[in-house]
Amino acid sequence: MTSVVVAGAGSIGSLLAAHLAKVADVTVLTRREEHAAALREWGLRVSGRSDFTARLDATADPAALPDAELAILACKGTDLEPLAVRLEGTLSRATLMTIQNGLGAEDVVAAHGDWPLLSSVTFMSGTRHGDAHVEYVLDTATWIGPYRGTSEEDARRVAELVEAGGLKAEAFADLRPAQWSKLIFNATVNGVAALTGLPHDFHFAQTDEPSDLGILVRDLVDEGKAVAAAAGVELHDDPWAMNVLATERGHRHFPSMLEDVEARRPTELESINGALVREAWRLGVDVPLQTAVYRLVKAREASYSE
Amino acid sequence: MGCGAVGSLFAAHLSLLDDAEVWAFDLNELHIAAMNRDGLRLSGAGELVGSPRGTSDAAAIPPCDFGIVATKAMHTEAAIAATAHAFTDGYVATVQNGLGNEETIAGHVDRVIRGTTFPAGKLLAPGHVQWDVKGDTTFGPYDERTPLEEVEQLADACTRAGMPAAAVEDARGPQWRKVIFNASTNPIGALTGLTHGRVCERPDLRALVTGLVDEGKAVAAAQGIELDADPEELIDHAAKPEVAYDHKASMLQDVEARRPTEVDYLNGGIVRFGAEHGVPTPLNAAIQALVKGVEASWMQS
Repeated sequence: MTSVVVAGAGSIGSLLAAHLAKVADVTVLTRREEHAAALREWGLRVSGRSDFTARLDATADPAALPDAELAILACKGTDLEPLAVRLEGTLSRATLMTIQNGLGAEDVVAAHGDWPLLSSVTFMSGTRHGDAHVEYVLDTATWIGPYRGTSEEDARRVAELVEAGGLKAEAFADLRPAQWSKLIFNATVNGVAALTGLPHDFHFAQTDEPSDLGILVRDLVDEGKAVAAAAGVELHDDPWAMNVLATERGHRHFPSMLEDVEARRPTELESINGALVREAWRLGVDVPLQTAVYRLVKAREASYSE
Repeated sequence: MGCGAVGSLFAAHLSLLDDAEVWAFDLNELHIAAMNRDGLRLSGAGELVGSPRGTSDAAAIPPCDFGIVATKAMHTEAAIAATAHAFTDGYVATVQNGLGNEETIAGHVDRVIRGTTFPAGKLLAPGHVQWDVKGDTTFGPYDERTPLEEVEQLADACTRAGMPAAAVEDARGPQWRKVIFNASTNPIGALTGLTHGRVCERPDLRALVTGLVDEGKAVAAAQGIELDADPEELIDHAAKPEVAYDHKASMLQDVEARRPTEVDYLNGGIVRFGAEHGVPTPLNAAIQALVKGVEASWMQS
C-alpha cells in the first residue's frame, strides 16, 4: 500500500488521516507526544457523515517518520513555518501537499526542502471532539493541483487516493482559479464573521436595506474579484455565489477566524486577508474595504493583551 | 427628556436658577424617586445637588418654555411623542449624539433647536451622576420657525447655571464635528476592543479613522456646512494620556454590555446625508454594516 504521512491532526488533518488509512499506510505527525500516543492506542474515530474508527500509526518525532511517498501538511497556516522547519531533511522520497487557507503556503514549505510540491484547497469541514475523535461535518471536495516539480497526473493520483478513502477530491491542471475563489470567499466571510461575531448565516446574503451585511459582503467580494483579474486569474467559482449557497444550506458554520478571535488565539489573517491586500497593493488595485477589514481584525488580535 | 448622565447634568444645573422651574422626565423610576427624595447629585468635575421635579409620567409635565432632549438617539421618537403636549408654545432643543434627532423632534413640535454638547458622565446610582468631563454646548435654530433670540435665552440660562453654552445662527458646524469624531472613532473601538488611545497609536487604524473622517468632511462640505474645527484635532487631542487615552468609547461599552448602539445615527447618518447629496461613503457604510452585524449576533444565542 501507499505510505502516507499526515502532518497536523486538527479537524482537516484528522479527517484526511482517518479516511486515507482505509486505503494506505498512514502515519500522523503530531506536535504533542500524548496526542500521538492517544492515536496509537485508541485509533482515530470518525463520526458524523462517516462512522468508523481508523487504525493508524502516529508520532511526534519527525525523525521517526516512514519513508512515505506522500505527505499532506494539514496544520493551520500559522503553524506551517515551524512544521516545515521540523521536516527539513526528512521525507526524502515524498511529494508534499499543502492544504492551508489563503496564499503562500507552498512557498513557505518550498524554502525548507526540495520536495516536489502539490497544492490543494479543501471545502470539507469537521469538528474535533478530542485527540482521537473527529466529526465529519461538510462533505465538500478537496481540490488538488501541481505546484513545483509535479504534474496534473500527480495531482490526479492523489485525488484518486483521497476518493478511494471515501472523501471527495478533484484534480486540476492549474489550482490558482480555485485557490483564488476560496481566498476571496475566506477573506470576506471569515473577516466579517470575526468582527461581528456572527456565524456564516443568512445575514451574509441579506441585501434588502443599504445597511444590510450582504451589501458589504458583496462589495468585499467585488474588490477581491478586481484583484484576481489584475493578477490574471480567472476565478473557478464566483465567491459571492459560494457565499449565498453556503448560507442556504441552513447550517450555521462558525468560521475558524471567528472561533480563533473568541478564544483569543492568533488567526490566519495574514495568510488570507493579509495575502489578498498585499497582492492588491502589489498590483495597484484599490481595496479600501478589504484593507479596513484586515486592519480591524489585526487590531482585534492586538486587543487580546488589553 | 431623558435623564441619563447628560440629561442629569442639564437638569441639576438648571434647577439651581431662581428664574427657572425644571422638570426631569425619565422612565427609570428608581432614579426619579431618588432625585425627588434626596435631590439630583453630581460629583466629579463639580459637586452640586440640584432639585428638578422628576417624573416618569409624561402627562404630569405642564406647558414649558423650553425642552431639552437628552435620550440616546434611538429613543428620541418615543420621548418627544410622549412629551410634545408640553411644548405647544415652547421650544425643544436636542443635546443628543448623531444625526436626525432634530428631524424626529420636528415631527412632533413646531420649534426646534439644534444642539451639540461635550460634557459627559455616567449614572453611578439612582439620583447620583458622576460628572467626568466639563465642556461647552452650542445651540442654534433648526429652521426659520425658531428665532435666534429664543435660542439665546436658552443658552444664557445654561451658562448662568454653570453649563457654558453659546447660541449661533448655524449650529451644524459643531454638530458635524462631533458626529464625525464619534462616527470615526467609536465604532473602531467597538469592533476591535481597543481604547481611544490604542486605536490612535496604531498607524494602520489611525489611517482608517482618517478615511472615515474624510468621508464625513465631504458630506458636510456638500451641504455647505463649515466645521468649527478639524475633527482630526479633536481625535488627536483625545488620544493624549491625560485626556482620554484609556477611555473606552461609549459604543464599546454598549457592545460589551450588549446594548443597542447609536451607529445608525452616527455612521448611518453620514451615509444617509451622503446619499442625499451624492457623496459616496463606502467606509462609513461598511462600518455601519459591521456594527449592525455585531448587534445581530446577540440574537443568535
